[in-house]
This record gives sequence, structure tokens and C-alpha cells, in this order.
Amino acid sequence: MAEVRAEMVANVWKVVAKDGDHVDDGDTLVILESMKMEIPVLAESSGVVTKLHVAEGDVVQEGDLIATIG
Amino acid sequence: MLDSVLVANRGEIARRVLRTARRLGIRAVAVYSDADADLPYVHEADQAIHIGPAQPARSYLDATALIEAARTSNAAAVHPGYGFLAENADFARQVIAAGLTWVGPDPEAIEQMGDKIRARNLMERAGVPVSPGTREPVTDVNGAVTEAERIGYPIMVKAAGGGGGIGMGAAADEAGLRAAFETARSRAERFFGSPAILLERYVGRARHVEVQILGLADGRVLALGERDCSVQRRHQKVAEETPSPGVSAALRERMLVAAVQAGEAVRYRGAGTVECLVDAEEGSFVFLEMNTRLQVEHPVTELVTGIDLVEQQFRIAAGEPPSFDPAAIRPAGHAIELRIYAEDPVRFLPGPGTITEWDEPAGAGVRVDAGYQAGNTVTPFYDPLLAKLCAHGADRAHALARMREAVAAFRIAGPKTNLAFHADLLASQEFVSGDYDTSLVSKLRPR
Repeated sequence: MAEVRAEMVANVWKVVAKDGDHVDDGDTLVILESMKMEIPVLAESSGVVTKLHVAEGDVVQEGDLIATIG
Repeated sequence: MLDSVLVANRGEIARRVLRTARRLGIRAVAVYSDADADLPYVHEADQAIHIGPAQPARSYLDATALIEAARTSNAAAVHPGYGFLAENADFARQVIAAGLTWVGPDPEAIEQMGDKIRARNLMERAGVPVSPGTREPVTDVNGAVTEAERIGYPIMVKAAGGGGGIGMGAAADEAGLRAAFETARSRAERFFGSPAILLERYVGRARHVEVQILGLADGRVLALGERDCSVQRRHQKVAEETPSPGVSAALRERMLVAAVQAGEAVRYRGAGTVECLVDAEEGSFVFLEMNTRLQVEHPVTELVTGIDLVEQQFRIAAGEPPSFDPAAIRPAGHAIELRIYAEDPVRFLPGPGTITEWDEPAGAGVRVDAGYQAGNTVTPFYDPLLAKLCAHGADRAHALARMREAVAAFRIAGPKTNLAFHADLLASQEFVSGDYDTSLVSKLRPR
């Protein structure tokens, strides 16, 4: 089980992946937006997205859980 | 002179505009969102009006809320700063229709220059050099490919209604163009509300040099020298200086003349900037775009000319002559500005946070335009500019020496900052030599 966490305070602009999706290392899971910059959050391993913990419009803090990949 | 002004902006630029207003005895009104209630500019204004939640669309981009704030505070004029609604012709029209003085150019000039394709065509007709590019908006990828073949690769893809480097991308071939086009189009729709795309021949080893112009109340247009803005990351400026080390006296003369022609072509009034790409080796330049507002980096021009540009904006808006003699503009020395951003100094990713320590440098030739102080929180809602650190010296070496000391003395803790990047920049042989172009940052920070 791999956890993907937010690197910074940001708004969730787009959720690209959904629960149950198979993703490969480097695939975009969600796109965050902070300070007028879009920051893609990528899968760091291959597997199935067991849970996406954020929705579009959410505000995430540094270290918040974004997705778990099993 | 105007008796009061509402500053429709936030952070460092709101504070900088408010400072001149207060010096001139103009009653200064600030506006703020939920996120900004504690920032210095809010406390320094004569009056501060809350205009909405943190999201820009519901506060600093909400024209109705801003005009209502001007009514409530009985302000006579609106200064837009830069960004947000500063280059929005409809907002300018609403301000004027509400019986307020707009501290900026006529809405028609904003509109003509805001559409990059129209602006290019207009400049070409006015005799200002432009690079090969599209004369009509490109709306689909196949049209882009056809146009690119005519113009020639490498090609730059831009949002016609855009700015600030958002959605811009260069392409070396058709495959690259297809990818860059899709990115630019989605960004253009999202950020600027129009999918129209402009293609231009990409100039590789170029310097980004802009000319400050001032359209006076009597219709004359003055050029107040150039600024070199070639130090950029993600097509956004991080450091600027004047005079440009890559512009000869002869090239400068031609650029200033072209900038005045550009301003006259749109009957420009107020402070504006004509951005150009310069090929230093060839000694040539092409028009890039015109910004119809005060620039972030205006302080370097102020430092070498001794002219307060915001004061001139107020005077021109009030129909008054400038505070200086246009025949006696004598720039002196060299000035550098560094943009202190809340971002990590390696990958330049945003790093908002609460400021636990904020200690600004001071001393001869050092100017700091800061938007924050200790105890403030830098939020993810707005751009990452924390402060502009400026140094002025008798010559470039002197300004560099003062800037090195200032960077070393600037202490900010809490959010991430790019101060360490600036220290590296000031130590780099390329920047120190003055012989650099827009690829400098990618050389200092290879991926």
C-alpha cells in the first residue's frame, strides 16, 4: 500500500483518477493549484487506486493524504 | 490632484501605491479578502473595506464588489495595481461609468493591447518591428500546424488574451506543436476565457527587454528607459535590471523611439510597458506585447530616474503635468530587482505558510517593497510574490555588491523562499558578466 501526500498547501483543481483505476508509476492522480501554479500529483508506483481522499475544490495542507495505491 | 483613491489590489503593490497616495495627501482606501485582513497594506490605509472571501473571483476580481467599496468609502478614483483587473477594459469602463477616475489608460487602449494578435498587427502598422507570426486567431490544432509551416519552427504558442506566461509553450516540430497547442488552449480558456491562440516564431537566445513609457495628460508619450527581464522561470520574471547589459546605446535609442511610436499608436495615457525580445548579437529587437498598467518591476526605473511612477499615474489621471521636466530625464547608476517568492529555491514549487520571522535588509541604495511581515500567513490563493528587493548603485558592480549584502541579510522563516536561488544567481558567472539570456535560470537549475 503506497500513500501519496500533498507536498504543499494547495487547492484541489482537478481529480483525474478515480477509485479502482489502475495507474502506472508517473500517472497523474490529481492536479493541485497553489499560487497560480498547477501542480500535478503523480503516482509513485503502479497499482490500483484503492482510495482517493480529496475532491475538487478541497484545500489540502502539506502532508495531507491524497490517494492510496494498493 | 485627486483627493482620494481606492486601490483595487492586495499585497506589496497595494502597499506601494498606498504609500505614494499618502505622501501626496490623497486619502487611500484599501480592499481585502478574508485571507488578507492582517496584511500590512490593510493597516496602513486610511480606510480598509472587506470585499469577500479568499477566492480571487469573489474578491479582487469581483468588479461589482470593488465599485461598491469605492462608493461606500466615497473614493474619487480607482488604482488597479497590476494583475487582477488592471488590464480588464470592462472593469475600467465600469469604474468610469460609476463616475470614478480610472488611474490607467483609456479602456480602448487596454482592449487594443490586451488582444495580442490585434496588438501585433497594430504595432506592425505603426512601424514597430514584430517577429513572423499569425495575423488571425488560431482556434484548432490543424490550423496551427498549417500556420507553423508558413512561419517556420521553432514556434511559440501563446494565449491571445493571456499574460504572465500562463499557457505559453515553445515547440520545435509538429508533434511538439500539437502538445503545446492543447496545453495553451486549455489554459487560455480557463484563465483568460478565450481559446484564441497566437503563434510566433520562437527566438531562442534572446533577452527580454522592456521600455517604460508614460503617456502624459497633454498627449505626449515619453520613454523612461529600459529594463532587462531575461531572468525567468516558467516564462515568469524573477530578476530585473536597468540599464540592460545587453543593449548598446544605439539599440536603446531605437527601442525607445519604437516604444514611443507604440504608445502614440494607441494614444496611450499613463504608465505602460512595451515588451520586446532582443537579439543581443544581431543588435535587433521585435515587439512582444504591451502591458497597459504599472509593472511589478517599475522600481528599478524609479531608482535610476528618481521619478515616482505612481505619482505620475495619479497626476496624469487628474489631467495634470508630470512632476518632472520631460526634457531633463537623466538616468543615473544601475538598479536591480529580485522577486522574493514563496517557493522552494530549487524546483520553484509554491511554498505557502505562516511567517515566523521577517527581517528586511536596509541601508544605502536598498529598497524593499514587501507585502508581508512576521505573523502573516502566505496563502495559496494568490501569486507567490512576498517582496521586491531592489538595490541601486553608481554602476552595475556597485549595485551587485549592495544586492549580495541585502540578500544575505534578508531573513524570512516559515514559508519556503527563493532567497537561496537569488544568492546563486548573484554568484553565477553568467549573471555577473551581464552576458545572459532567457535560458539563464534553466542553466542554473538543470533538471
